[in-house]
Amino acid sequence: MSNRIEVLKTYKTYIGGNFPRTESGRYYKVYDGNGNILANACQCSRKDVRDAVVAARSTVEGWSNRTAYNRGQILYRIAEMLETRKAQFIEELETIGYKSKGAKAEVNDSIDRLIYYAGWADKYQQVFGTINPVASSHFNFSMPEPTGVVNVWAPEEQPLLGLISVITPVIVGGNTCVVLASEQYPLCAVSFAEVLNSSDVPGGVVNILTGFREELLEHMTTHMDVNAFFYTDPDIDQDQRKQIDENGALNLKHIVRKPVENWQDKETQSPYFITEFQETKTTWHPVGY
Amino acid sequence: MAEEQETAEQVEEETFKPSSPTSKLNFKDVWTYDDAPQSTDHAKIDDQYGHFIDGTFQEPVKGRYLPSINPATEEELSSIAEGTQQDVDKAVKSARKAYTKIWSKIDASERGKYVFRLARLIQERAREFAIIESLDGGKPIRESRDVDIPLAAAHFFYYAGWADKLDYAFPGKKAHSLGVAGQIIPWNFPLLMLAWKVAPALATGNTVVLKPAETTSLTALKFAELCRDAGLPEGVVNIVTGTGQTGSLIVNHEDVDKIAFTGSTEVGKIIMKSLAGTDKKYTLELGGKGPNIIFEDAPVDQAVEGIINAIFFNQGHVCCAGSRLLVQEGIADRIIQKLRDRMETLIVGDPLDKNTDIGAINSEQQYNKINEYLELGVNEGAEMYQSSCTLPEQGYFCRPTLFTNVSQSSRIVREEIFGPVLTIQTFRTAEEGIEKANNTAYGLAGGVWTDKGSKIFKVGSKIRNGVVWANTYNHFDPTSPFGGYKESGKGREGGLQGLYPYVKLEN
Repeated sequence: MSNRIEVLKTYKTYIGGNFPRTESGRYYKVYDGNGNILANACQCSRKDVRDAVVAARSTVEGWSNRTAYNRGQILYRIAEMLETRKAQFIEELETIGYKSKGAKAEVNDSIDRLIYYAGWADKYQQVFGTINPVASSHFNFSMPEPTGVVNVWAPEEQPLLGLISVITPVIVGGNTCVVLASEQYPLCAVSFAEVLNSSDVPGGVVNILTGFREELLEHMTTHMDVNAFFYTDPDIDQDQRKQIDENGALNLKHIVRKPVENWQDKETQSPYFITEFQETKTTWHPVGY
Repeated sequence: MAEEQETAEQVEEETFKPSSPTSKLNFKDVWTYDDAPQSTDHAKIDDQYGHFIDGTFQEPVKGRYLPSINPATEEELSSIAEGTQQDVDKAVKSARKAYTKIWSKIDASERGKYVFRLARLIQERAREFAIIESLDGGKPIRESRDVDIPLAAAHFFYYAGWADKLDYAFPGKKAHSLGVAGQIIPWNFPLLMLAWKVAPALATGNTVVLKPAETTSLTALKFAELCRDAGLPEGVVNIVTGTGQTGSLIVNHEDVDKIAFTGSTEVGKIIMKSLAGTDKKYTLELGGKGPNIIFEDAPVDQAVEGIINAIFFNQGHVCCAGSRLLVQEGIADRIIQKLRDRMETLIVGDPLDKNTDIGAINSEQQYNKINEYLELGVNEGAEMYQSSCTLPEQGYFCRPTLFTNVSQSSRIVREEIFGPVLTIQTFRTAEEGIEKANNTAYGLAGGVWTDKGSKIFKVGSKIRNGVVWANTYNHFDPTSPFGGYKESGKGREGGLQGLYPYVKLEN
């Protein structure tokens, strides 16, 4: 009797609702908590970033035109899918060194965070939109609208909860995004892509890449068809931070930096994370007979 | 028979009426306008102004001054101080001291009362401010009197009332002031831009170092007098004059917590770059190339008035000007004909004349820039039409101009001209119109003209602009947030949303 050989998973990227390998053909090794090799992850290149941005851009219109109710439903659906796959994610987190209690907590918090933002889908416009009492005969109102394509660096720590905490406020507001997963712990990001793919999120709304921050920084922050860049690493190197800001000036990207130490903190979920990726549109309409 | 003849004669006379739908608008043959100049007696302008720092006018440390020119006569009106590092240091120090010692400590309701006082003082001296604004900037007195100054006062009124109500503005959060705000404003609406920046800054508890544009500093310096008259604590508002160089000293000053800039996209990018890696907050109100979309079902005469107002208001020196006209094909010829007729009636001339529609181009530099674009347009193969109005012999004046036969890639379509120059393109379907409207790096403001309400909301929601004017254009109000998408800037000014850039939010 021979032992059964385990089938290992090939971790790919997630672009436009598909799971392609990186076009670069490169990889890097990902280790577990004990320093054993877990898998190979794609070492994405500039071309992958560009492909992902194309996918994200072509999806913005369709995604932002969905009703707020529908977007809320879809976010809730992601939570449902994640709930049924809890065991898989707990196990994945355990392999990278989480204690079982901590892993369970992170997965539960991740699901709850999705629910939290799902509920905002059809409310943030009511809270942050205004009717403006102008001193002329006009009906004048201001509404938040999605800014477009957002490039995101997922947090390096808390690779599932952090990832979900940065993706969700971006997409709930009708934006699409290109996310670079945690460099050290990219695997549950790719697994989360499978969750997205089996929920009702249209392909291209969330695109997930794996690779090196250092290498992709320039490509993710200089792309001229990207409207915002979002990062949360609390201990980012000052030179990198400066470079991100400077690159943003090329086409006036919104550079959003929210340093977060612990994503389990309830204060790290907020409708102000949604409004960071919104523009305010003011419409004037004459009033008369 | 005799009776009939009389009637015939009368009919013939009536054909000259400007309201006749079949004839061109022709006022000139019917009547002429007498000069109606606004007297300047009431406005006092000193020969020379220092910086306003710590509640007093102070000579610039290096002693350098710049001339302030009246663009309508090319004569020197006054001279203003040129701010150097030492001046900016003094101003920031004064603002910091006023912030820590006084302004951050007084009750919000008292703070609001100071801002109310400023609003009232502007109203009381409205005439003087309007005259100086027109003398200094070249804009028609009608606009400075009826738009710039009343709106500036209204902004102070609006934000004054917010001072003690900030807890209601940010759901779930507490708002705190930032500290010292560095503010750099442009030359197109000098006092109004000051009001847009100073009013929310003061109301939220910040102190200010403001640099007006070098060609239009006089109303800001007059405003400094108001700060003194209002008894505003010394150092809460500081005004340093000078060129872009002085502005960059404010941007790069270590002890400034926030930068608010209105001006060109080019300079906005430089500012964003120089703030890279710092914790300074910033708002940028930058350039635009506003699409004005006219559908076939639009009320045509209203639309023509709207197009005229969209592009020729303030000589076209408006970042949100409707400088790209997009007309649905079926009515394009009619609109263009009517536009030409209407342009013929525009009076270009003395800004202080109450009949003037279009005043002087703000500076020689801007005048040259516009002329370069006119030449460029012709060289690009566009057809140029200019009104045949007479221009004054002195001063920087430009004829109202429109270009047809342009394409989406023409530079005069893509680049901001900031003058009375309109480009006209056509479209067939709404989708094509929207596509063309959005095909630009800018996203500040745009117009939609149609009789169909549902079309307004659909098109309005698809235009990527911070402001959409439906069946109207170039309206402003302190309660109404203004600002751009894409390369037209970051943040909003005006309204509740305009408070956000001046506060930090805590739980």
